[in-house]
This record gives sequence, C-alpha cells and structure tokens, in this order.
Amino acid sequence: MTLSLNTRAFIVSVVLLVTLLGIWEAMNPVAPSSGELSEFELLMGAADQQARVPPPSVVLSHAWQELSNPFYDAGPNDKGIGIQLGWSLYRVLTGYLAAMLVAIPLGFVIGMSPLMYRALNPFIQVLRPISPLAWMPLALFIIRDSEQSAIFVIFICSVWPMLLNTAFGVSGVRRDWVNVARTHELGPLRTAWQVILPAAAPTILTGMRISIGIAWLVIVAAEMLVGGTGIGYYVWNEWNNLDLASVIFSILMIGVVGMLLDAGLGAIARFVQYRE
Amino acid sequence: MSQHFVSVEGLSREFPHASGHTTVFEDVNLNIERGEFVCIIGHSGCGKSTILNVLAGLDEPTSGVVIMDGKEVRGPSLDRGVVFQNYSLLPWLTTLQNVAFGVRARHADWSREQVNAHSERFLSMVGLSHALHKKPAELSGGMRQRVSIARAFATEPKLLLLDEPFGALDALTRGVIQDELMQICQHTGQTVFMITHDVDEAILLSDRILLMSDGPNAQIAESVRISLPRPRNRADIVNHPGYYAIRNHLIRFLVARSHERPNHRQPLDIDPALDASSSQANNATSSQVNSQHTTHNTTSRGNISC
Ligand SMILES: Nc1ncnc2c1ncn2[C@@H]1O[C@H](COP(=O)(O)OP(=O)(O)OP(=O)(O)O)[C@@H](O)[C@H]1O
Ligand SMILES: [Mg+2]
Repeated sequence: MTLSLNTRAFIVSVVLLVTLLGIWEAMNPVAPSSGELSEFELLMGAADQQARVPPPSVVLSHAWQELSNPFYDAGPNDKGIGIQLGWSLYRVLTGYLAAMLVAIPLGFVIGMSPLMYRALNPFIQVLRPISPLAWMPLALFIIRDSEQSAIFVIFICSVWPMLLNTAFGVSGVRRDWVNVARTHELGPLRTAWQVILPAAAPTILTGMRISIGIAWLVIVAAEMLVGGTGIGYYVWNEWNNLDLASVIFSILMIGVVGMLLDAGLGAIARFVQYRE
Repeated sequence: MSQHFVSVEGLSREFPHASGHTTVFEDVNLNIERGEFVCIIGHSGCGKSTILNVLAGLDEPTSGVVIMDGKEVRGPSLDRGVVFQNYSLLPWLTTLQNVAFGVRARHADWSREQVNAHSERFLSMVGLSHALHKKPAELSGGMRQRVSIARAFATEPKLLLLDEPFGALDALTRGVIQDELMQICQHTGQTVFMITHDVDEAILLSDRILLMSDGPNAQIAESVRISLPRPRNRADIVNHPGYYAIRNHLIRFLVARSHERPNHRQPLDIDPALDASSSQANNATSSQVNSQHTTHNTTSRGNISC
C-alpha cells in the first residue's frame, strides 16, 4: 500500500463510522407499526411501549429535514436549528468578545508588572475555580435579564484562560526582544503592540482556544437554565417532548459547531505562530 | 576629559545577592574617539557585557558616568545601536521587516518605500539581498548575525555596540563577516565598541584593544594601540613586523597578568608594535624569556580564545 497516512486514516475513520452506525441500527429495529394508532392510543403511550433511542436512519432523515430548512420560525417552541444555533453563537461570541476586551489588556498589565501580578493573583485564584453556572442566580438578580445573564456567564467562564495565558505569555517574552524595543526607543504602547503582542500571540491564542471551548460547553447548560432560545434550550425542550431524534441531532450539531469554532481559532493560531 | 567622543569615568557595578553584594567591576575609566574601533578583551565573567549594557543604557551603573557626545547616557537611545550576542532578531518578522523595524524607529516620518529602500541598501551591504523575505528561523547563524548587523547600521547610530557578535559562528563565516564589517566601518567611519574573545579578530578589526583584569572588582588594565596600517587584510596582516609583538602581548596578559590588580586608575597606553621595533636592544633578557612564548604561540596559531 502506497496510500498516504492521511488517506489510510480517512479510510479507517469511515470504516469505524459505518460499523458503529450499523451496530446502532441493528440494535434498534424500527418497531413494525401495526397500522394507524388512534389519537387515544398515542396519548396513552401505546405508540412505543418503551421509549427507545431512535436508530441512525431515523436521526439522519430527521437531520436532513432540519438542515434543509434551518431557519424556519413557527412560534416560540418551534424554530429551525439554524435559528437556535444562531442565538447560542450570538451569546457565546458576545460574552467571549467582552471577555477578550477585558482579559487581554488586563493580562498585559499583570504580565508586565510583578506588582500587579502579586496584587491580583489572590482574586484570580479564588474566582477561577468557581463554576460559571454558580454565577447565574446572582447574575439574574443583579442584571434582571436572562439574555444578558447568559452572556455574563459566558464572559466569566472565558475570561480566566485568556487572562492567565496572556499574563503568562507576556511575562515570558524574551528579555532580548524587549531590549531591542528599548534600544530603538519604542514607547510603552508601541513596545506592547510591535514586540510583546506578536511575541506572546501564540500563548494568547492558546488561551483563546481554551476559552472558546469552555464557552461552548457552558452555553448549552446556561440556555437550559434560562430557556427561551438557543441550542441548549432546544435540547432540553426536545427532551421534554421526548423527541429523541431531535435531541441526538442537536447533540451532533453542538459537536460540529464546537469543532468549527476551534478550527477557526486554530487557523488564527497557526497564522501568529513563529519559529525561533 | 570631555573632548573625547565617549568618556567613561569611575564606573562600577555591584550586583546584590543573598549575602551582601559582588562588585563586578569598579573604577572603570575609558575613552573612545570618534570613528575609532575599540575592542575589549577579558576573561569570561569579568563584566564585559555589563559594561556594554551600561554603555547602551540598558543597565545602570552603581556609580560613575558615561558621557557620549557631551551628554550623559541615561537609558537606551537610537544613538547607540546594539548587536547582541544571540542576534536578537524578532522571529515573526522577515529579514527585511527586521531591518525596517529599526529604520522606522529612527525615521518615523518616512514612507514605506523610503524605509524599505533604505533597509534593502543595508541588507545588500551584508550580502543578503537574496533573503529579504525569509524569517530568521530559515536563516543560518551567520545570516542572522548579518541581519542583526544590517539593522544596527541602518539606524545609523553614533556608537555601535557589539557583544561577541561572531562568537557562535564557524571560523570561515566569521572571517567573511569580519571583512564585511571592516569594509562598512571604513566607508561609514562608524565608531564601534566591541566585545570579543578572539585575539586575532580583535587585532584585525581594532584601532585599540582594552584589556580587562579578572573579576570581581575588575578594572581596565591596559589600552593597547594597534598601529597596523589600514586597509587590513587577514592574510597579509600576520606578516607585518608588529603583529606578533601585539599578539604575544595580548596573550601574555590574558595568560599571566590578568589576575593582577592594576595600580593605576587610567589604563596604561601601550603600543607593542612600536616597542618591539624600538626597544629590542635593551630588552634582550626579557625578550629571550618571551621568545619561548613566541615560538609556542606561533606554532599553535589559529583562533586563540580565552
Ligand atoms: N543580573 C545579574 N545579577 C547578578 N549578577 C550578574 C547579573 N548580570 C551579570 N552578573 C554577574 O556579573 C559578572 C559579569 O557578567 P558579564 O555577563 O558582564 O560577564 P562577561 O565578561 O560578559 O562574560 P562572558 O565573556 O562570559 O560573556 C558575572 O560574574 C555575572 O555572574
Ligand atoms: Mg558577555
């Protein structure tokens, strides 16, 4: 075999996927429907004696249906997957951008000033391990708006990895490079912009990647709590409807979007990466 | 004193540590004239880099002053270009961008075209016109050092400070860059202060070599004038009658006398090439003792480093 490693890996992936889906399908034979059930029987749950996990064929056909019309809006409890994901993305990106605006400048200050590092470190150490969802009640009470509370929760969970990585990256910038800036009479702002930022960028990007991952994990839980819209709410709502095909489909979509977010930041990270 | 281009007076530097402090060097006095090429040689750890950092304004002396061009040195300045031992290029910038970084710092009002043209001119002086768009990681050590030198020259500093610029290079590359450096200095009349461990390199490049005694409490013991004619050429220079007088003087200092504390404040002004030709007769006994060193050193020629 002279196929490249990538090709072979791809073949193995496909084989694994088909095998797993096959097993799953085989374990869930579609119940032979014994004719039309009356509405009464449906209500009594006779349609399915035992709620089953739907087989992949059902999930796939459901996915096809959803994806072919992702943006329909038929009232508060029936919106397309695109709209739900859009809401989640909106909240994640808003909270995440706000966290960036706070964490990166603050990280610079902490990284450049040993005094500020020591002064702020105790706060960071106490605040960082708090589960972001623990802030939810307080946020709801103070902000009095479920939308903004969800954004706040995203903010608070994305801020720490970015803050710590920025501070770490900035404090680790090689002394020689800072000396190059000094011997060229660069002021503090231009030094930060032209030397420290590019030098620390790979480390900062690592923090940003961790943050976006956490934010995407947290938004699902946050939306289950605040309700209304978003992919988290959608999953919970479909669970309440016992529509497991939708639940599985949205789980997959959460995975795909999370992967795309990470890949986007990965591309930026490669762009700012440098070899010494 | 102040008629010298650079004058360093009573310089000392202490570093604190757990139990008190060490004085790396004390009462260092030296002068550099405009257009002069001065090398400093001394054993490892005697404080050469620390002196250079003080001259650059990157480090502050415990006492003493550095005056350049009539003004006291306080903090770094574009007037003093530094080439660090490890090149210190910014690895995320290309060759051209690294040099342009320096040029833009010097000429904030220049257009991008002006900056690039100026940078390319200096890169071509060090023979790097073919590598303008390579990143430092794609360059060899010698090429990186050339970029670093081009960056320093392109900012046209009044004083160029070089900290063992060729220490990490192989002998061939080192020779080529030494020649380039010599040529550029000849054209530009650049004033240079350079640290080196290589005696032959120092003789080839310098107008004067400062010999530093061992630390702690190091001082500058001697200022050795290199009165060999310019332009110099590494192949011919060794045939000059003064060459080995100078070389042996330097090596004898490093081997035998660097640990002695000099009993004078100003470095002794010495011209071994002159002494060798004029005082052969009345130094018969000492030169006989020295002749053993001479033959020994001549046979083991090469890069004698300390
Ligand atoms: N930041 C510092 N803190 C404490 N001691 C220092 C510091 N910098 C230098 N020293 C000490 O000062 C002395 C001189 O150091 P320096 O780097 O100037 O030596 P050098 O002559 O350049 O040596 P080399 O030839 O090996 O480069 C050394 O003993 C070193 O340990
Ligand atoms: Mg040194």
